Amino acid sequence: MTDYWSMVFVFVLATFIGLGVIRRVSRLLYTPLMSLTNAISAIAVVGSIVVAGADYPTTIRLIGAVALFASMTNIVSGFLITDRMLKMFKKQ
Amino acid sequence: MIHAIAQAAAVLATALFIFSLHWMNDPKTARRGVVAGVTGMVIAVGATWIQPEIVHHGWIGLAIVAGFIVGVPLSLVPLTAVPQRTALSHAFGGLAAGLVGTAEYVVGLTENPAQLTTFRTSAIVAEVILGFLTFTGSLMAAGKLQEVKWIPQRPVTYPGQNVVNIGVLALAAALGVLVVLHPTAAWSGQAFYAIVGLAVLFGVLLIIPIGGADMPTVISILNSYAGLSAVAMGFVLDNKLLVTAGALDGSSGLILSIIMCRAMNRSFTNVLFGAFGTVQKTAAIAEQKAWKQETVEGAAQLLEQANLVVVIPGYGMAVAQAQHKVRELYDQLTKRGITVKFAIHPVAGRMPGHMNVLLAEANIPYTALVEMEEINPDMPQCDVALVIGANDVVNPAARYAKGSPIYGMPIIDADKAKTVLAIKRSKNPGFAGIDNELYVQDNTWMLFGDAKAVIGDLVKQLAGGSGLH
Repeated sequence: MTDYWSMVFVFVLATFIGLGVIRRVSRLLYTPLMSLTNAISAIAVVGSIVVAGADYPTTIRLIGAVALFASMTNIVSGFLITDRMLKMFKKQ
Repeated sequence: MIHAIAQAAAVLATALFIFSLHWMNDPKTARRGVVAGVTGMVIAVGATWIQPEIVHHGWIGLAIVAGFIVGVPLSLVPLTAVPQRTALSHAFGGLAAGLVGTAEYVVGLTENPAQLTTFRTSAIVAEVILGFLTFTGSLMAAGKLQEVKWIPQRPVTYPGQNVVNIGVLALAAALGVLVVLHPTAAWSGQAFYAIVGLAVLFGVLLIIPIGGADMPTVISILNSYAGLSAVAMGFVLDNKLLVTAGALDGSSGLILSIIMCRAMNRSFTNVLFGAFGTVQKTAAIAEQKAWKQETVEGAAQLLEQANLVVVIPGYGMAVAQAQHKVRELYDQLTKRGITVKFAIHPVAGRMPGHMNVLLAEANIPYTALVEMEEINPDMPQCDVALVIGANDVVNPAARYAKGSPIYGMPIIDADKAKTVLAIKRSKNPGFAGIDNELYVQDNTWMLFGDAKAVIGDLVKQLAGGSGLH
């Protein structure tokens, strides 16, 4: 039996941390911020790995593999394009 | 032991993700944030993959390779296409969540009904609704931004639209409640797929009535949904790392949505259910007064004689890909000792921060980019306000025209500058379909044409004329 309340607890605290941290993000960087948070939330890939790799029926694993592909695309393109954009911000 | 590794990896990855976002508070440290994010991701993926319950590795490897094959080209799109790419990535995020939720439900239904507790089933239903509506909604948004032919650009509205939309969502939610109460009944499977179908439909319906000017807000809201669907997935899979990362993404989308809404003086509900720029046929101010057109020579002369030039870029600059020419103009003017600043409205362009990225791409130092609130007090001292493809964000009607859909929206006070030069592609109104009286003001001079071509001509004039008129 999972301790659901501790999950809700984590969610609430993480949201407050998120609000605190994001509020201080430079306004110049909102576009890269969006691609960065998008890449980070593609951590959902760990869920897809379990579905695609555990001992489940083939259809289920196939669904997992498609989800894994979708998340992986976000991770790769998200981090790469964030870095590409950030490189362009120069002071002089 | 190996389970403890996974736990430790999750804690480490969480800390790295928070640092990653923290370092985004300054362009100087921001790239460190990417390194932290990638490190956290690699640690988390590695620790998950080595867990004993992962027994099939082929498809995992294959999917990762496929992710690279699609992801790398997606990261190389021109910066003008970044809004579409972002919307597309929200779609992928939503799809992943929706699919995992579906898989978890089917596994519970067919193999292990004991797993479908009330809490877990609720989380699955939330995950699937959020995931699939984000998927189709973001695809629609990406299609509109990419100007795909079969997706109408203009907002599509019909009578009773909001009733239909809310009805679809309410039906999905009601079926969700039934599935939560009876997760393993004979009809639960069908009900579940109906929820999926309704969520897919709702995503499409939600975006159809939304116009281009609202895209910054809509992308931010979809960003928030994508984050929340990851949170729901975390609840389903009992994974705190997922809950944390999803919450960070969700709160980021939330803050950006609030900023975008404030910048347009509108509420979430108004953006989602308001159908911007459809029928407002208020008094056509432009008909009463005529435009005054200026020649490139004249405009160049005006710019040369200025001390302070404020450039106000909008979506038109992005469409024309004019940012590099703008940089050349910036060079020409700064060379003459003229101060050049760029006034950035929060909703200029099609996503938050769009203008900043384009101007940074053209090597314009970020110290020259100034936010609306900071530039407005300086506008009366500004000799020339150069409006490049911006429209609603400089429309003075926002201050007083109560009937106007942009009433109350904070604007850049271009009209208070001593002279206004406005580059506009055509004489048609902007995306919101509203006339702009800035263009017919006494001190405004229009330059009609493609922004890139017009600025190119200005640069040529300034370079050739070398100030000796």
